[in-house]
Amino acid sequence: MNAVLHPRPCRVDAIDRQIIMAVQAGLPLVEQPWDAVAEQLGLDPDEVLERVAAMQAHGIIRRIGAVPNHYALGYRANGMSVWNVPDAMVAELGKRVGELEFVSHCYERPRHLPLWPYNLFAMVHGHNRDEVEAGVKEIASMLHGACRGHEVLYSTRILKKTGLRLQG
Amino acid sequence: MTEPATTAVDILHAPVLLSALEKCLLNEYQRGFPLCASPYAEIGRQLGVSETEVIDTLRSLQQRGLISRVGPVFNPNRAGASTLAAMAVPEARLDAVAALVSACAEVNHNYEREHHFNLWFVVTAPDAARVRAVLDEIETQSGITVLDLPLERSFYIDLGFPLWC
Repeated sequence: MNAVLHPRPCRVDAIDRQIIMAVQAGLPLVEQPWDAVAEQLGLDPDEVLERVAAMQAHGIIRRIGAVPNHYALGYRANGMSVWNVPDAMVAELGKRVGELEFVSHCYERPRHLPLWPYNLFAMVHGHNRDEVEAGVKEIASMLHGACRGHEVLYSTRILKKTGLRLQG
Repeated sequence: MTEPATTAVDILHAPVLLSALEKCLLNEYQRGFPLCASPYAEIGRQLGVSETEVIDTLRSLQQRGLISRVGPVFNPNRAGASTLAAMAVPEARLDAVAALVSACAEVNHNYEREHHFNLWFVVTAPDAARVRAVLDEIETQSGITVLDLPLERSFYIDLGFPLWC
């Protein structure tokens, strides 16, 4: 089971936090980007690399690389599909949904009855709404009788989007 | 550090034309960026191109808004506290309430969605108390209930997103 159960408490110290703040908007596109970060923070470049590697090992960093702008690349439709499944089955079902290629995030979240009955969230991406709908259909057939209701919430406007921003 | 591209990039009807190197950097380097002093030179070695070509290509992708940045993607629940919040805002007040929400430094995503709950945003802060305080503040200022939907369990292994499958 690869699901993350109860995220561990914060393990970052003050220096890690400085590094996070320095790189969360992106690494500089220069020959030695970590040296530039280290210089900016008054740290040793090797220490910066070691701390980044440790944060990755602890899951504080999910991945390092190019962060695509899906919208600009043609993936114009994104539907947040939300599902009401029995709590006892959410782990098993969530894992299967999360493995689908067109699902970019899959999380269990609390219900807020009576306003909000859904406990499983799966973000579905596609070039257009038809592709998203096809993905949602696939999830629906996978959940089959376990699903007691679902909806798809399409985004109509991105009002703010930045990478993770830790405040100092 | 460089600022990420904003969502102002509007190429709605323009086809996205990519070179082989651009496609490769976009697809193969969403993760696994080499953790070494000269990562762009290392990527160049892996792909048989020069360090300068790698840097120039990444810069061009960023300037065209096709990548928002190159660097670490943090897991907000490991580096602090965060939640997904939703509000059902009357249409006439949507712009004003959305602006109020976006003005919070702790809000890093804010989307309008087609639903009774039409405003969805992510709040990230160093600890859970601060996250709660931000939600309370938004609730007080807007007079609208905020649904607090924190992540309880993740079923998603972040391998990047396949763009040409």
